[in-house]
Amino acid sequence: MPKPGRVSKKILQHELVPEHRVLTLEEAAEVLRKLGVRPWNLPMISINDPIVRILKAKPGDIIEIRRRSPTAGESIVYRIVVPY
Amino acid sequence: MSSPNFKFKEKYVIDRVQFGVLSPSEIRKMAKVTVVVPQLYEADGSPVAGGLRDPNFGAIEPGERCPVCGNTREECPGHFGKIDLARPVIHPGFGDIIHSLLQATCRQCGRLKLPPERIAYLLNLIRRLRRRWPVLARQLAKEIKREAAQVMECPHCGTRQFKIRYTRPIYFYEERPEGEVRLTPINIRDRLERIPDDHIELLGLDPKRARPEWMVLTALPVPPLAVRPSITLETALKAEDDLTHALNEIVRTNLALREQLLGGSPESIVEAAWDRLQQLVAAYVDNELPNVGQITYKRKRPLKLLAQRLKGKEGRLRGNLSGKRVNFSARTVISPDPNISINEVGVPVDIAKILTIPMRVTPDNIEEARKFVVNGPDVWPGATHVYKADEDRKIDLRYNRNWKQLAESLKPGDYVERHLVNGDIVLFNRQPSLHRMSIMGHIVRVMSGRTFRLNLLVCPPYNADFDGDEMNLHVPRSEDAMAEARELLLVEKHILTPRYGGPIIGGRQDYISGAYLLTIKTTLLSKEEVVRILAATDYVGEMPEPAIIKPKPMWTGKQMISLHLPNDMNFRGKAKINAGNLMCGSIDCMNDSIVVVKNGKLLMGVLDKKGIGAEEPQNILHIMALEYGHNTVKNFLDNVFRMFIRVLEVKGLTVSYGDLEIPKEAREKIMKKIEEARNEVRKLIDEYRKGTLETLPGRTPEESLELRIIDVLNRLRDEAGSIAISYLDAFNDVFVMARTGARGSDINITQMSAMLGQQSVRGQRISRGFRTRTLPHFEQNDLSPEGRGFVSHSFVEGLRPTEVFMHAGAGREGLVDTAVKTSQSGYMQRRLINALQDLVVSYDGTVRDSYGNIVQFRYGEDGADPMLTYHGKPVDIDRIIESVRLHKVSIDSRKEVRK
Ligand SMILES: [Mg+2]
Ligand SMILES: [Zn+2]
Ligand SMILES: [Zn+2]
Repeated sequence: MPKPGRVSKKILQHELVPEHRVLTLEEAAEVLRKLGVRPWNLPMISINDPIVRILKAKPGDIIEIRRRSPTAGESIVYRIVVPY
Repeated sequence: MSSPNFKFKEKYVIDRVQFGVLSPSEIRKMAKVTVVVPQLYEADGSPVAGGLRDPNFGAIEPGERCPVCGNTREECPGHFGKIDLARPVIHPGFGDIIHSLLQATCRQCGRLKLPPERIAYLLNLIRRLRRRWPVLARQLAKEIKREAAQVMECPHCGTRQFKIRYTRPIYFYEERPEGEVRLTPINIRDRLERIPDDHIELLGLDPKRARPEWMVLTALPVPPLAVRPSITLETALKAEDDLTHALNEIVRTNLALREQLLGGSPESIVEAAWDRLQQLVAAYVDNELPNVGQITYKRKRPLKLLAQRLKGKEGRLRGNLSGKRVNFSARTVISPDPNISINEVGVPVDIAKILTIPMRVTPDNIEEARKFVVNGPDVWPGATHVYKADEDRKIDLRYNRNWKQLAESLKPGDYVERHLVNGDIVLFNRQPSLHRMSIMGHIVRVMSGRTFRLNLLVCPPYNADFDGDEMNLHVPRSEDAMAEARELLLVEKHILTPRYGGPIIGGRQDYISGAYLLTIKTTLLSKEEVVRILAATDYVGEMPEPAIIKPKPMWTGKQMISLHLPNDMNFRGKAKINAGNLMCGSIDCMNDSIVVVKNGKLLMGVLDKKGIGAEEPQNILHIMALEYGHNTVKNFLDNVFRMFIRVLEVKGLTVSYGDLEIPKEAREKIMKKIEEARNEVRKLIDEYRKGTLETLPGRTPEESLELRIIDVLNRLRDEAGSIAISYLDAFNDVFVMARTGARGSDINITQMSAMLGQQSVRGQRISRGFRTRTLPHFEQNDLSPEGRGFVSHSFVEGLRPTEVFMHAGAGREGLVDTAVKTSQSGYMQRRLINALQDLVVSYDGTVRDSYGNIVQFRYGEDGADPMLTYHGKPVDIDRIIESVRLHKVSIDSRKEVRK
């Protein structure tokens, strides 16, 4: 159920919004291979998430998020875009 | 390999479990009995056919053959029956679902109240989601229901819709313009029947396994007799199970309703019987529902029905499936033994003779095995059973008493079920098991007596004391289990806690006093004392050089510690006594309250709670564990700590009334302070009464007065305490214990020697009791310190009667608080553990749940094991720099020597 309304790209500049990136098909396959999981074993991110809408990601895409972490400096997590 | 007596054949393996709602046709199909009569037995005592004890429910008596399947009671699985209900009733477990379905669908055509094209879109979406993300499908269904419930006109047939009001668990009302109308189960079932299968999918149900109309019962399944056995009392009377009692009520009511329907009774009478049937069936499922009368036995005890069997702590789930009673375990009172290792547990012989371990006979241990058998089951160390491999026979040595002959006939491959002996590993546990150190592996040491014995140093992880605590012991019986326990569970491997990385095992109470008395500068030991103290350890070697040679050789306590430190150990830390007038800023200070270990020598500083105490991060034990391993710490704990106790045996540590008495001079000083504070409070009260009291920002005058008085009185208590403490001798044992952190604090000393101070309930001075005062001993509306719970006397002086009352009031609050807090935090703990228990850190560092879903891509983002961290950081840079510097210094100095 895609929600109506526009999302401002300004939110990308907010200091609490970490860097998001849609993985290419090859990168995504590599991530799944490395972790030894099927796509649906990854944590989810909604197609309605404002960032996902800005990135124009489709269900099934894998998004890489680089977060600043107080314990590890930087931590990388992956999320799969789900259709709802 | 475990004991050979369990052999079972695998017939089927359960692959998965599918849950659904029983359909009426399925209920009828599986029923072997249709219950139509309420009577259970004929006059001759045989069961009535078509009654609740019909033999077709399955064989339960010994030797009985089941008329349905032909098996005896061991093999017969039991068979369901049914009651055909004269009119349908709501199943109370589905009330919420029925409510949401009625709201989301049309009251006329039964279709989901959304436009057809939207339904098509959502159907596609929910089918896609259900395959991979069932969580999302459920969430979507919830949203669809919410959306459809808003629609007040059917998009398909245009019928006007009404709100449905639901009274848990079985009553539904439609709010029509002309007034509220109750929906009968027949109405509801009709409406649910009309919902198309596709639309049911959108509402989050599987139409093949859970058609909504099945949630309104037309036939009630009756469980087999094995589920509701009757017991024969010695009077030959039969007592039936609670379920049978409840079903009996249902059968009677159902029969009455049917007769009324056939006889054409007036609708109001039929309605009454129908409602009674609905309530009975609801209560049969769950006898603790709101708005449903409980079914009781002889109008007294409420029956324990279906839900009651499953629910709660003693229910099937929590009481029989997640928790069970086990064999090869023992429980008894615990008591302390400072002379056994922290890795050991003392086991009473009587218990060692009952707990057994299967011992596989090999050519190497056959003589040993024979000795066990010859001793028999009653002499420790003996054996209870022998398993002969070639005969596939287990022999009970209690009954076969040819032990000598049996021992002779032992062959490799046989098993001997032998007693627990010294050196075996067991699991030891104290409830509540709140963290993993609540169950640890201990090495058995069989002892006389009737209690489990444990080293005092393991009290902190178990949170045990010896005021009657009991603990449980479990015996691992397979080689793998024993090896796993040794490698993973042994006490010494749990010196550091994964909670915060610090040592959880360490000294308390006397160990701390002893360590302090041994390591203070004034302690000088004669040769005899050194020998006596070192004899408590396993030290073998030369006497160290005496610290003082003339007039006679004397040794310091610090030398005794140094003998047991690793040769190259370095450590620096503050002592607990580093406060007040013993404050030490640098190592040049003479107060001896900074601990320095260099190259394995305790150069300065006393050992107290911060140095050797339990749950003190960065203490000597912590650093030793990180740098030398847990086995080094275990040896240190087993030897040096025994030495601390020996020191107390030599020097003595005792407390008497006199230690708490303060000189007259001090008493007078305190009296003066009390007088001053009284005057100050009187002045405040006067100002308040006159209305000239300065109010604090954001406070009423009353609150301001209270706060200022409390402030004055707390200051008074602290001042009195300081006065009292300043008069105590430095070697006063109470004072020593408080300063070193062994037991008690300044507040305890203050209350014993100076004054108790303000007693409070809910953080306020005590103000209630009688209408206008706390006790009749005071004037009405008395705001003075005494009248509101201030105690100006100490325990040593004795309390006035009114003071005792105030003290008891405040003490009661403390007791209530602890009782409430433990139950609440226990529940919170349960919820957290239930949510987290099957998450696993896998070998690639990711955290996954039991389905393989990824929860964290790297454990804790940094992959660090909290047990091995310094305050949560993977590496402690400061310590590494310090140790490199020390290392360099020692290399440099060695170079100097060589030159
Ligand atoms: Mg206790
Ligand atoms: Zn049977
Ligand atoms: Zn309609």
